[in-house]
Amino acid sequence: MEHFDLSLVNWSRAQFALTAMYHWVFVPLTLGLAFIIAFMETLYVKTGDEEWKRITKFWMTLFGINFAIGVATGIILEFEFGTNWSNYSWFVGDIFGAPLAIEGIMAFFMESTFIAVMFFGWNKVSKKFHLVSTWLVAVGANLSALWILVANGWMQYPAGMYFNPDTARNEMHNFWEVLFSPVAINKFLHTITSGYVLAAIFVIGVSAWYLLKGRNILLAKRSIIVAAVFGLVTSIFLALTGDGSAYQVAQKQPMKLAAMEGLYEGQEGAPLVVVGALTPGKQHDDDKDPYIFRIQIPKMLSFLGYRSGDAFVPGVKDIVEGGYTYVDKNGVEKVALSAEQKIERGKIAIKALADYTAAKDANDTAAVAYYRAILNDNFEYFGYGYLNNPKSIIPNVPLTFYSFHIMVALGFLFIGFFMLILYLVYFRQFKINKWILRLSILMIPLAYIASQTGWIVAEVGRQPWVIQDILPTVAAVSRIDSSAVQITFFLFFTIFTALLIAELRIMFKQIKIGPKEGGK
Amino acid sequence: MDMIKRIFRFYYEGFKSMTIGKTLWIIILIKLFVMFAVLKIFFFPNILKRNFKTDEERSNYVIEQLTNNPKK
Repeated sequence: MEHFDLSLVNWSRAQFALTAMYHWVFVPLTLGLAFIIAFMETLYVKTGDEEWKRITKFWMTLFGINFAIGVATGIILEFEFGTNWSNYSWFVGDIFGAPLAIEGIMAFFMESTFIAVMFFGWNKVSKKFHLVSTWLVAVGANLSALWILVANGWMQYPAGMYFNPDTARNEMHNFWEVLFSPVAINKFLHTITSGYVLAAIFVIGVSAWYLLKGRNILLAKRSIIVAAVFGLVTSIFLALTGDGSAYQVAQKQPMKLAAMEGLYEGQEGAPLVVVGALTPGKQHDDDKDPYIFRIQIPKMLSFLGYRSGDAFVPGVKDIVEGGYTYVDKNGVEKVALSAEQKIERGKIAIKALADYTAAKDANDTAAVAYYRAILNDNFEYFGYGYLNNPKSIIPNVPLTFYSFHIMVALGFLFIGFFMLILYLVYFRQFKINKWILRLSILMIPLAYIASQTGWIVAEVGRQPWVIQDILPTVAAVSRIDSSAVQITFFLFFTIFTALLIAELRIMFKQIKIGPKEGGK
Repeated sequence: MDMIKRIFRFYYEGFKSMTIGKTLWIIILIKLFVMFAVLKIFFFPNILKRNFKTDEERSNYVIEQLTNNPKK
């Protein structure tokens, strides 16, 4: 890969990671808090209790702050597609364009219309219409996320498309296959529920602060009950969708699974590492023990990945060297090719594309058909043709491994946390347990860490691919000056940091002020 | 016409009665200005749209990019 400017690739990746991670600071709270507010307002409309209205309006203000600061931060990612990732943008073409266009229309019409009713409509529209608007804002925000995540799911598992060698674009032949790809569905459900859990923890944390200060007691107590019930239900669903996502990873991205578990040597009845530390500097072809230590559950990785405790789970070394049997997407048992063989097939595909283009220019129809057939036969390995070393298919194992284990550990911690909160609330112990109130506040940053590490697993774990097996990151970047990317990296860093500081300052100030009128 | 007036008044009164919202709108407007009037125009051109006039030219360029790389 020496002909690629690695500095350009790395800076482009760093910039995209920076903007995506900052964007994701704002999004999950919007997704989850919208539903929590909708539930609170439903209680207000059902009971007619003005305190519920006050509670709803308070959380709506915090929702509004987060929404306002975060809105449009995702557009920068689209700027980057056009400038830094122009090859990729062209190559994915319609597949990415259609979901993003639907997202834009939905976000604009649903969120911007009903959010105005939600904020300005108190006492101006009927209670029921206001409530419907609040629910539609929640549904609209989550539907916006659907289209983005469908596009991301397609990059992890390209389905419902074919490659058009005349335009160098992937074209959608089956919209429903793209939309209902099992990877996309699991990704969507897992991602939005992570936002619900984060929002529930946020509400509990802020409410706990009020209880510690002895202020807004009724607001805090009621908010905690709604958020804890919402959080417990969604955190269990989060674990289930996490299992679904990991199952899809095992089927479609085995290298990512191997990296998530630090599994170098494949085995039947593979254990799941619960806690562990990796040996620094471990390579796939050395004899070092991959783990300094580990606590594991026997056969669990095989069971979770393949629904059989005795199933073979390929490790990093197996995937690089090939030779193991697996079942492909059509249910056919096959012997895995080595990375070297895939690289050869990829180079054949790329050469076939070049020859196809030359034959088309020369109006040689026989040659056009011939090269097109070669391209089609080898297209599933197209991206491997850009790699010169089999080791290039290995992602950053330590980063993926630790991010995955932090995410999972925190996910289970949150389930326990919600159970504990509900237990204490039920036995009326919550308010007098100061340590649990402090713990609740501490949970807020942990929820953000879990959320970010989830994306690190998803995106770092799939390297070197920007589209699984078809386009590696190195071939997706625009050939621009890397210094330009460096400048905009620091520019974004400054802008986003300023936005984050603004968010935190306004949010803290508003929390300190508390709800406007009355209250107990 | 009456409907349009009512919608206008709805938004007008809504914006007028905002407290924290005014600060947020200032942030939103500054942010959008920086994003679209500065970043998009000066730092983030769409390379393929800027450099080529037709989709055919863009396709040819990307094919060249994709097929030349492994040969170098």
